[in-house]
Amino acid sequence: MTSIGTGYDLSNSVFSPDGRNFQVEYASKAVENAGTSIGIKCKDGIVLATEKIIASKLLAPGKNKKIQTIDRHVGVVYSGLIPDGRHFVNRGRDEAQSFKSLYKEPMGLEGLISRLGYFVQAYTCYNSVRPFGINAIVGGIDDSGSHLYMVEPSGVYWGYMGAATGKGRQAAKAELEKLDLPNISCKDAVKEAARIIHLVHEDNKDKDYELEISWISKEETNGIHKFVPNDLLEEAKKYAEEEAEGRNDSDSASGSDSDSDEDME
Amino acid sequence: MMDSINVDITHLKKGEVSLGTSIMAVTFKDGVILGADSRTTTGTYIANRVTDKLTQIQGKIWCCRSGSAADTQAVADIVKYHLDLYKATNGKEPTPHLAASIFQEICYNNKDNLSAGIICAGYDEKKGGEVYNIPIGGSLHKQDYIIAGSGSVFIYGYCKKNYKKDMTKDETVSFIKTSLSQAIRWDGSSGGVIRMIVLTKDGIERLIFYPEEYENA
Repeated sequence: MTSIGTGYDLSNSVFSPDGRNFQVEYASKAVENAGTSIGIKCKDGIVLATEKIIASKLLAPGKNKKIQTIDRHVGVVYSGLIPDGRHFVNRGRDEAQSFKSLYKEPMGLEGLISRLGYFVQAYTCYNSVRPFGINAIVGGIDDSGSHLYMVEPSGVYWGYMGAATGKGRQAAKAELEKLDLPNISCKDAVKEAARIIHLVHEDNKDKDYELEISWISKEETNGIHKFVPNDLLEEAKKYAEEEAEGRNDSDSASGSDSDSDEDME
Repeated sequence: MMDSINVDITHLKKGEVSLGTSIMAVTFKDGVILGADSRTTTGTYIANRVTDKLTQIQGKIWCCRSGSAADTQAVADIVKYHLDLYKATNGKEPTPHLAASIFQEICYNNKDNLSAGIICAGYDEKKGGEVYNIPIGGSLHKQDYIIAGSGSVFIYGYCKKNYKKDMTKDETVSFIKTSLSQAIRWDGSSGGVIRMIVLTKDGIERLIFYPEEYENA
């Protein structure tokens, strides 16, 4: 035991005297160290990508998918505790199905995300539960266009053009800001997503990772959430590696410059 | 006997107010028109001769009610509630198809307790005029035009012969007027005035026609 603390972090639903809810803040800490996930809003749809850290060499490649589908037109990717994410996605599926059984049409993204926001927020209010240890990026297409949202452990959600969460979020956000959002095409966004995930993984190179990318696009997938086809994924990976090598070359080039400077001295 | 689904369509409780009715809704070039007679009966007694059987659910989504007055009013109120809720939680206007789906859900789930035959019609800003039939039992049928209620049985042939796709507003009003006047002429439990609601992109218009006019049309 390092410190006893003030006691205001022991229970959910209790504020500290300066108005903080520590359990919710600790849940965000669980997210901060998890694999990076990003979402991109494009001209014709949404692209989701995640850096899936391989915890064991025995895990079968391609058999442990992290990106999930809430409804045919809605995809979700999250960073944080995987079981919490699964529970979140199950609720999303229930919401989407019960909407469809009453209204006979697919659920709109605004309605879905507000229901999920309520759901996550409820877990910050009761003593018998803990907050969700995830940041979930939810993206999809409805009849009013494409939408990208991110839900935090507090239950708050914001609409984004480019969203990033997990360990590499700062670097990923800096890269997303350089893109021409939301005017980029889905195909280009897939490549950029691969490049960004590859880039932010570099600081964490001792661990292996698997790249997962999915998309929802009117033109490419007829408005349905799907993993990108294998050839495109390979093309994107190649692009990501070439870009990374280019960066390293220029790094070493400038490095040799400084070497020669030293030689001059 | 209980091997098949069986719905008693004729039974009303003793003294229950019935909309023995002639109603119809017709899509045309610019939208949709709903039409209805105005007679409400309790057995043979005319409880109301100027009833309004055309009920607004939401903006340009309306319905024609037939069957039990109490049941159809209650169902229309519940659908109205659902559409208000939908608007608030999803931040967009409900479509006629959505309203019809909720009518179907309620009419099907409560089929043993309801006698309600409803036509749901509306103007969809994207798709134009639409009409949906939700007969007793709770099925849902999208059609170009619909006739329903006890008086409709007398005008199936007339409507089949005279309905045309993409009529003008005036042609459609006159088609509904002549159709309903014949339904009223031959059906004892239909009568009174003919009411209509015209739904187009320009808005909502109410029309009324008195017996001395439509009987000679």
